[in-house]
Amino acid sequence: MVKRRIVNSLILIYLSTVNNSLPKIETMGLNVIVLAKQVPDTRNVGKDAMKADGTVNRAALPAIFNPEDLNALEQALRLKDKYPGTTITILTMGPGRAADIIREGLYRGADNGYLLTDRAFAGSDTLATSYALSCALKKMSKIDLIIAGRQAIDGDTAQVGPQVAEKLGLPQVTYAEEVLSAETGKITIRRRLERGVETVEMPLPGVITVNASAPECRPRNAKLLMKFKHARTITERQNEAEDYIDLTADRPYLNIEEWSVNDIETDMNWLGLSGSPTKVKKIENVVFQAKEAKRLTPADEEMDELMKELIANHTIG
Amino acid sequence: MANFFTDNQDLKFHLTHPLMKKIVALKERNFADKDKFDYAPMDFEDAMDSYEQVLEIVGEICGDIVAPNAESVDQEGPKIVNNEVVYARGTQENLDALVKAGLMGITLPRKYEGLNFPIVPYIMAADIVSRADAGFVNIWGLQDCAETINEFADDDQKERFLTRASRGETMAMDLTEPDAGSDLQAVELKATEKDGKWYLNGVKRFITNGDGNIALVLARSEEGTHDGRGLSMFIYDRDHKAVIVRRLENKMGIKGSPTCELVFKDAPAELVGSRKMGLIKYVMALMNGARLGIGAQSVGVSESAYREALAYAEEREQFGKPIIQFPAVYEMLAVMKAKLDASRTLLYETSRYVDVYKTYMHISEERKLEPDERKEMKRYQKLADYFTPLLKGITSEYSNQLAYDAVQIHGGSGFMKDYPVERIYRDARITSIYEGTTQLQVVAAIRGVTTGGYLDRIREYEMMELKPELHSYRRTLIGMTDEYERAVKAVTDVKDNEYVDFHARRLVEMAGNIVMGYLLVLDTQRDDKFRISADIIIKRGKADNHAKAGFIFNSSIDDLGFYKQN
Repeated sequence: MVKRRIVNSLILIYLSTVNNSLPKIETMGLNVIVLAKQVPDTRNVGKDAMKADGTVNRAALPAIFNPEDLNALEQALRLKDKYPGTTITILTMGPGRAADIIREGLYRGADNGYLLTDRAFAGSDTLATSYALSCALKKMSKIDLIIAGRQAIDGDTAQVGPQVAEKLGLPQVTYAEEVLSAETGKITIRRRLERGVETVEMPLPGVITVNASAPECRPRNAKLLMKFKHARTITERQNEAEDYIDLTADRPYLNIEEWSVNDIETDMNWLGLSGSPTKVKKIENVVFQAKEAKRLTPADEEMDELMKELIANHTIG
Repeated sequence: MANFFTDNQDLKFHLTHPLMKKIVALKERNFADKDKFDYAPMDFEDAMDSYEQVLEIVGEICGDIVAPNAESVDQEGPKIVNNEVVYARGTQENLDALVKAGLMGITLPRKYEGLNFPIVPYIMAADIVSRADAGFVNIWGLQDCAETINEFADDDQKERFLTRASRGETMAMDLTEPDAGSDLQAVELKATEKDGKWYLNGVKRFITNGDGNIALVLARSEEGTHDGRGLSMFIYDRDHKAVIVRRLENKMGIKGSPTCELVFKDAPAELVGSRKMGLIKYVMALMNGARLGIGAQSVGVSESAYREALAYAEEREQFGKPIIQFPAVYEMLAVMKAKLDASRTLLYETSRYVDVYKTYMHISEERKLEPDERKEMKRYQKLADYFTPLLKGITSEYSNQLAYDAVQIHGGSGFMKDYPVERIYRDARITSIYEGTTQLQVVAAIRGVTTGGYLDRIREYEMMELKPELHSYRRTLIGMTDEYERAVKAVTDVKDNEYVDFHARRLVEMAGNIVMGYLLVLDTQRDDKFRISADIIIKRGKADNHAKAGFIFNSSIDDLGFYKQN
């Protein structure tokens, strides 16, 4: 018995010398929130993508997981791979069908999700959105890290992530490309900027926003898909005539938490249209005249990326 | 952005065949796993929905990752570093994506961390992967070997190796040697037993993915023997590091798939099942699975050839209009599509037979089968045995024909490396060679001709209910069947085996034309979009069979002498 204890403590010492850079996270993991948005797929627009009044014709475009939010999710998943015990929660605000985003996250390895949905949020600009999100985040239990995509492809503002950080009084790192390591109380991140790369440290908790240059998100996993495909919000369960709705009693993980404005503490004046100072004055159809320039180094990976980009936006292929 | 499952509605059509209800119920043992595993289906609809959604993942990975990588993989290929295989960058990327998506061990039981899917959706995944990159499917598709372990290995071996296969380790089947290709009875790799453990020594050649983590090895365990009865099956675990990759073949096509020459030096191995049953029983099972896989590969290659040809013919203008508007070109394309549809319907018909009989076989290990279940298992096993070589022979030849025509439609451009058809043409070529050449498929399939196996099945198809507008096709097919019967009789009446062999391919192809004709008519019964292909296959099949019968009726055993002269 005594002998065994000695062996155990020897192993512990060994572990702590090998991994002395990450002592506690090793055993506890991180509580990570990924902010994600469902957006119309504007990467592949046809002639009916815009309505006559200049607004996006959402009916003509499929609703997808905002691409850079997927890059953000991948960073969270890598933290989970590296630090067992890490939990990933997806937080999204949108109409009821935005629950799809949470399911997509669950299929890739997220642990749970919250859908923030209410008529009161309709018409939110970035200020009202970040206000609502920060109110929801305040209600969640201890958060170590909030990861969001840099920007959404429908608005391209890149404001929501930074505004959330401001409202919560948290430090932020934007243009993140890779989370290099996490330790108790701090995190090391590589940023991709216009003229180079920068490695920075940030105290936790904090917010990071992730660039499209970060690694692509992993595919959906077959077993996770089969496990979570019946996950539903309460509204979905009420509206669907499906046979599987009663599964949540035995399988609580199939419940997607749905929060309305009543579930979070807010000042109604800051929500939705009334909380949105942004007003669209005019929308113009802009046709690119100048050719876009991009500087590449003669490295195989860069050429590879360029080819992928050109194929993805249907310039070639 | 591409999805190779959802962009091809024919796949969903075959996935939702009426027989699936039976297959799923058998495979899921009436959904007994639903409370044991959180990813097991609740009922038939739930299972089918899972197959479909998982195939969407396969389609997405193939469209977004595997297909875009195919060209660089073809150029780069694998290499040997320190006696080990290193895949091309794209190959590794493909494999990582499929492993992360949990798409290994698709057919394995859940207790070994598999998905417990039937053969049909697994073969559909192979069909999709093959369209994206015909060379890559070899590496991913060798998970077939796990099926053989699942069938014949003991529980301890299953526990250890199948779980690893489900988690993404790759496999290999080490059968052929320099002097044992088609004739596996000549295998000489030596297996010796020392203190209750087996060791392998010798050389294997032409081994696909020979450096895979888990290999099934055919070896001579009985010293002094010289035929198939002295061979046993072994599992070699790469972790022993007792095999070196001496050479990688420089191939015409499927260049991303490493074809290895292996040297075994006192390599520790485990016996699978019983001694001396290696070739007689286990390799036969392994090969049947692999042949079904090559059927899927052939169909996938045909799909890619057809799509490339169609896209080019619509886009390329000559003499002031797209070339697809010229009869010479649109006929080629219509025939290509018909052959593709015929190949695919034969592929899934065969897969369903395999599904029913293999699942009964696994059930029979758990409990005694009822007499009518036993009867049904035997019936489907026979059908699978007859249809597997027919499928492999016909679809691989068709994929070569489609690849040839696809290059032809591209004209000079198709001869250049600038278009994917050049690669597809090279990749197609192996399908009619490996896992038994077409000639050897005919040797296996001729039994279906002489015993009346094909005829019995054809007569059953004949009895199936059809819409009135399809009755004329049935009349034509009945005429073809009568002619086939007369041709078979003309050949077998001579009572000479060499004469049967001489006409074997003709007879097998005649049976194949009728079978594919019926399958396409039955598909048309479910969905009218197959009508054109049914029409083309039946009319061409009728003319083809008539020519073959004519040749047979005009030949005699004396003719063999002429052909032997060269």
